[in-house]
Amino acid sequence: MDLIDGIEKELGKSENELPTLRAGCQVDVHYLIREGEKERIQIFSGMVIAVRGRGIRRSMIVRRIVQGEGVERIFPLHSPRVKDIVITRRGDVRRAKLYYLRDRTGKSTRVKEFLGDKARNVRELEKVRRADLAAAQASAAAADTADSGEED
Amino acid sequence: MTLILGRKKGMTQLFAEDGTATGCTVVEAGPCTVMQLRTQEKNGYSAVQLGFEDVRDKVASKPRRGQAAQVGTAPKRFLREDRLAGDSDLEVGAAITVEAFDCGQLVDVIGTSRGRGFSGTIRRHGFARGPKTHGSRNYRKPGSIGCSAYPSRVFKGKRSSGHFGAKRITTKNLEILRIDTGRNLLFIKGAVPGPRNGFVQVQTAKTGVQKV
Repeated sequence: MDLIDGIEKELGKSENELPTLRAGCQVDVHYLIREGEKERIQIFSGMVIAVRGRGIRRSMIVRRIVQGEGVERIFPLHSPRVKDIVITRRGDVRRAKLYYLRDRTGKSTRVKEFLGDKARNVRELEKVRRADLAAAQASAAAADTADSGEED
Repeated sequence: MTLILGRKKGMTQLFAEDGTATGCTVVEAGPCTVMQLRTQEKNGYSAVQLGFEDVRDKVASKPRRGQAAQVGTAPKRFLREDRLAGDSDLEVGAAITVEAFDCGQLVDVIGTSRGRGFSGTIRRHGFARGPKTHGSRNYRKPGSIGCSAYPSRVFKGKRSSGHFGAKRITTKNLEILRIDTGRNLLFIKGAVPGPRNGFVQVQTAKTGVQKV
């Protein structure tokens, strides 16, 4: 394997921490923001119009309409501030980049939903991934408490 | 001053805890072997010669093979000297690894820039181009190169087209962000001269002062 790819795999989030994203996905991004001294999670929901880069440099553009104004945010997927990405709806699109949505308003911005057997499989895989992740986190937390227990 | 030889492996990015991403170059550095010592009495100056990356006996020249045999290692592909103020306490055959550097330390990186062949003034010196249309016959020409009857010649050093790149370049005061001693890797903030897998020298910064 390429050295850089290997390094990025180690430094970035593990594979089951990120969902399989595609342009057209409707997502809720749980993003950690600072408010003065406090930190809290803010949810930014919108449509993924582009996923680009690979490895630790992978990022996505999420677009949503706020008070009639289009707002786009770029999220580096491996950023520690991106706590979770929940896919609420998958779109059936024929393009990798949906930049054409920028020129559209109202009803014409709708994207057909990805349905059928394939979509069901993808959803099942996503559920399995979430379950795996939860299990991994639980065991890591258990290991942590066990460690600190030994120290005491 | 500490010197280590290595190969540039490529670029990636690192996330800090607060989410800021920093671009960095991964350099596979060392372990280097001390191949020779230059001393004041013998050579008129003090330095250590380092060698990096083994090369097959068949590939190395006979003098190189002979020298390596004296040190007791394989011949090396990349040899450079580290000039010192006084005689070194290192011994021939000693190894220098990435552990010679600290995280957060500033370094200068020396490499050979990518060769770009014979390039015009726009690419080589950043000259402006002429208008594309409206009968322009001056799209990428350099323009005037000086006065006329006096001095009746072009001044030396006039920037012109010619061979560009493939030249020794030093990038100064780059920060070491991370060190991987297991795999001999240095993560250096920002870009480093040369192509991927190009040889580079990483040394303690000559002028930079570390920010506290």
